[in-house]
Amino acid sequence: MDILYSIFVDPFMQMGSAPDLLVQTLWEGFVGGILYALIALGFVLIFKASGVFNFAQGIMVVFAALTLVGLYEKGVPAFLALAITIGVMFVLAYAIERVVLRPLVNQPDIILFMATFGLTYLLIGLGEAIFGGNPKVMIAEQLYLPKGAIDLKILGGVVTLQKIDIAAAIIALVMIGALSLFFQYTRIGRALRAVADSHKAALSVGISLNQIWVIVWFIAGVVALITGIMWGARSDVSFALQVVALKALPVLILGGFTSVPGAIVGGLIIGIGEKIGEFYWGPLVGGATESWLAYCIALVFLMFRPQGLFGERIIERI
Amino acid sequence: MNETMVQSQPVVASASAPEKLLTVENVTLSFGGVRALSDVSFDIRKSEIRAIIGPNGAGKTSMLNCINGFYHPQAGRITFKGKMRQRMRPYDAALQGIARTFQNVALFKGMTTLDNILTGRTLKMHRSFFWHLFRHGPAMNEEIEHRKYCEEIIDFLEIEHIRKTPVGRLPYGLQKRVELGRALAMQPDLLLLDEPMAGMNLEEKEDMCRFILDVNRQFGTTIALIEHDMGVVMDISDRVVVLEYGHKIADGSPDEVKADQRVIDAYLGVSH
Repeated sequence: MDILYSIFVDPFMQMGSAPDLLVQTLWEGFVGGILYALIALGFVLIFKASGVFNFAQGIMVVFAALTLVGLYEKGVPAFLALAITIGVMFVLAYAIERVVLRPLVNQPDIILFMATFGLTYLLIGLGEAIFGGNPKVMIAEQLYLPKGAIDLKILGGVVTLQKIDIAAAIIALVMIGALSLFFQYTRIGRALRAVADSHKAALSVGISLNQIWVIVWFIAGVVALITGIMWGARSDVSFALQVVALKALPVLILGGFTSVPGAIVGGLIIGIGEKIGEFYWGPLVGGATESWLAYCIALVFLMFRPQGLFGERIIERI
Repeated sequence: MNETMVQSQPVVASASAPEKLLTVENVTLSFGGVRALSDVSFDIRKSEIRAIIGPNGAGKTSMLNCINGFYHPQAGRITFKGKMRQRMRPYDAALQGIARTFQNVALFKGMTTLDNILTGRTLKMHRSFFWHLFRHGPAMNEEIEHRKYCEEIIDFLEIEHIRKTPVGRLPYGLQKRVELGRALAMQPDLLLLDEPMAGMNLEEKEDMCRFILDVNRQFGTTIALIEHDMGVVMDISDRVVVLEYGHKIADGSPDEVKADQRVIDAYLGVSH
């Protein structure tokens, strides 16, 4: 009886009695969720355009952040370092298209997937060789990202909002908005969607697959860079960030591999779900639910809606 | 009007000096041990409607795939607009003015009719990636200009009512029409149609015939089409080439082809 009470009644009583704590938890979940959504967005972009599940997306986040900080440490001014890093991501996209994607065109998906594994380890090695393996501090201040916190006195308590979190949320939302406009209303956006729908038809109207792949990997690289800056500013820049990127998997399962809005909604559900779960139900099992709860949510989802919330339902004629 | 007159009498035009738009010479294509095309030669004249017919598996679609660069024949030459080409990619074919439709409609199913047709304008838009990123200035003017062109095509094909509908939801006949629209948006010199009337009912077929003839007459577009409906083929095409098991067995006007004994044998079967 006690167990049932502590599962089904007590958490809600806590939420009711201390609404400021609830708001604080929701906010933290929201920010975490937005950042998961950013990582998932990188996966979705590449999956849609080239049908590749890019295992290297996580390491691209680390690699981009590491390049930025590494360049700064070597004496390059912050904003120049940012520009160079964007350039590096472009070169990376170009090289991947040339060396990995083009020779493997028309190969089964699993081959391309394995190739991105190789890419992951290449980038880990390259990053360590050039910038070293020690955790680094993100150059948030030099990039004029705000520091400190705002205390909001609401609901009879205090809710603390880190300014960097607010900035992260705003930047992420602006970027997601800009990307969806770009996809919807421009020639290249249209070409990207066309390639996602049918390679054959895209080729026949004169869309160059090679060019589109470079653009997509480049956009995914820039998304990775921004994600890296935000995550890095909240903790630090290290290879451990890669593991965080794996959280994008449950997000993708929830949202569907092919849906940009899905990535966002999925990210928010996972982010808020795991914070609320940790805070209110975590103590029941001794805490530390944050590392596995997301995967459980995803498993439950897989049973009922394998294509995800917004994924394309696959109906095949047999 | 004059132009229309001239083109509606292709026999006269071809009797003088027919300008060849595309020449296929001794093309051979095989997949492993399977010969899809052996030593096929024919030509397509400017502004004509050229039909490619033959029983199933005769190599008709393979022929189209060679022409627009999806396949690369092992032997033979393809000359388009006087230029011979080696291992051309579909992208280059599109750039040179070859558009096509597919046997099993290949549209961008998640996109609207208008967006699908706009993708046909891809090669005609030149503003750089960065203008598009901001969707501003010249990129915006360009967008409006091309949108206007696409609306004209939509008018022409009488699909105004489905302009904003995602094409995945449209019935098959309309999808085929949208696919034709996308190919037309490329303002092609050569339009390849792979079974434009397959799976259509009588009324839809009549509409499609009318569109094909109108495109040919109004814009002077050269059309090569594969079709199984013999009534349609004999009605609308100027010349017909017949393939069987990868070989060309006949080539000529519809009447000549109809009378050819090998063609009759190929279609009706013959005891050996």
